[in-house]
Amino acid sequence: MCLGVPAKILETGDGAAVVELGGVRREISVMLVDDVSVGDWVIVHAGFAIERLLEEEAERTLALFREIAESDAFRNP
Amino acid sequence: MNRSMKYIDDFRDPATAKALVERIRRDAGDAPIRLMEVCGTHTVAIARGGIRPLLSGAVAMLSGPGCPVCVTPDGYIDAAIALGRERGALLASFGDMLRVPGKSSSLEKEKGNGLEVRVVYSPLDAVTLAAATPDREVVFLGVGFETTAPAIGGAIRTAAERGVGNFSVLSSVRTIPEAMGVLAADPEVRIEGFLCPAHVSVVIGSDAYRPIARRYGIPCVVAGFEPLDILLGISMLLRQKREGVARVENEYSRVATSTGNRKAQDLIRDVFVPCDTGWRGIGVIRGSGLRIADRYASFDAEVKFDAPVVFAPEASACRCGDVLKGKILPVDCPLFGKGCVPEEPYGPCMVSGEGTCAAFFKYGA
Repeated sequence: MCLGVPAKILETGDGAAVVELGGVRREISVMLVDDVSVGDWVIVHAGFAIERLLEEEAERTLALFREIAESDAFRNP
Repeated sequence: MNRSMKYIDDFRDPATAKALVERIRRDAGDAPIRLMEVCGTHTVAIARGGIRPLLSGAVAMLSGPGCPVCVTPDGYIDAAIALGRERGALLASFGDMLRVPGKSSSLEKEKGNGLEVRVVYSPLDAVTLAAATPDREVVFLGVGFETTAPAIGGAIRTAAERGVGNFSVLSSVRTIPEAMGVLAADPEVRIEGFLCPAHVSVVIGSDAYRPIARRYGIPCVVAGFEPLDILLGISMLLRQKREGVARVENEYSRVATSTGNRKAQDLIRDVFVPCDTGWRGIGVIRGSGLRIADRYASFDAEVKFDAPVVFAPEASACRCGDVLKGKILPVDCPLFGKGCVPEEPYGPCMVSGEGTCAAFFKYGA
C-alpha cells in the first residue's frame, strides 16, 4: 500500500503536474514538493508526488552496486 | 512490460543480487540474524523475489505490522458499512480495503448487495467525486501510514479550500515508529535489526528511528523496495551487528533523507492530531494514530455523522496478530491454507495483496 513509483515530470502548472505512469499520462498533485520542473523525477503515491528522486544519489547507489558485483567477481573468478 | 523502467530495472540486476547474497552469507554468524521488514511492500518484494530461501540459515526475515489494510480493526469496516447503509453515504476507498472482513461482512459483499462503494486511486479523486455529486455525502476511507497521510490530508485541505462540504474522511491513519517501539520492547520477538520502510521514511525522515536504535540497541536501515535495495539493506544490518553497533543508516538515499519531507510533515501536523489507536491483532498502541484535527472537524466522518469507530479485540483461531508481530510465520497458523485462503480469507493478513499470509500463500516463501 506504500508503493510509490518513479515518474518523470512532463508538464507542470498550478500545484499539479503531468507524469507518465506505466505508459499512461496522468495528472498528479505536486503540493508536497517544492519547485518541480519538467524533466525532474519524483516518487508518486496515491496521486501525489511525495518526494523528488535525486538522480545523483541514485547513481551513487548504482556505482556501489557495480563495485560490489565487481569485487565479488574478483573474489570468485 | 518490455520497456525498461528507469530507476526500477536498475535495481533488479541478477548478477549484483547474487554478489550481495554471497556477501550476506560471508558476513553471517553461526545463528541466523533475526531481522524484521516492517513494511508490507517489503514483505511482498521479499516473497516475490524469493529472498527468504536465498538467505536461509544466514538471515531469518520476520514480517512486521506494516500492511495498513491488515491492521485496520474490523470495527472500522463495520463503521464504514453503517455509514453507507444507515446514513446513505457514498463510500470511496482504495481497492485493497474491499475484501477486508468486518464482524459480519465486507465492503465487497455489501457492494454485491447494493452498497455504493467507489474505488479510487487517489484521495483527491474522492474530492472530485464529491464535487460532482453535491446531493450526496461522500466518505473517503482514509486508511494508511505516514506515506499516505499527506495525500489524505491534502484531500481534506483541498476540500476545505474549494468548499466541498459534502466530503469527509473516516480516518484510520497510523504511524509506524510507535508500532516498532512496541515490537522492539517485546522479549518474545527478539528483533536484531529493522529493515525500515522506504516511503514512510521519505515522509518522516530516517532520524525518526534514532530513538529505537538508541533505546533498544537495534540497528535500523531504511531500504528501497527493489530487490537490490533490500539485499543491500540486509547486508548493512549484518555489518552493524558484526561491528556491534546500532545506528540508523539509509540505503534509499535517492529519495529518503534524514529529516524527511518537511512540507508533508507540516501538512500532517495541520490536518491531524496524534491519538491512541487500536491495531487489529495487536491492540491499542499509544500515540500511534492520527485523528482529524478539530479545525477540520466538518471533514471528519466520525464527528460529522456522530459515528465513532469502536475498537474491540477479536477472539478467533486466526493468528494474524502473532504474524503481524513476527512471532510466528503464516505456516504456523492452523488456518493457513486450510480455512483461510486468498479467495476465502479468514483474517486480514490473507486479504490484502501485501498481507504476510497472502504473500506466503502466493509465492510459497
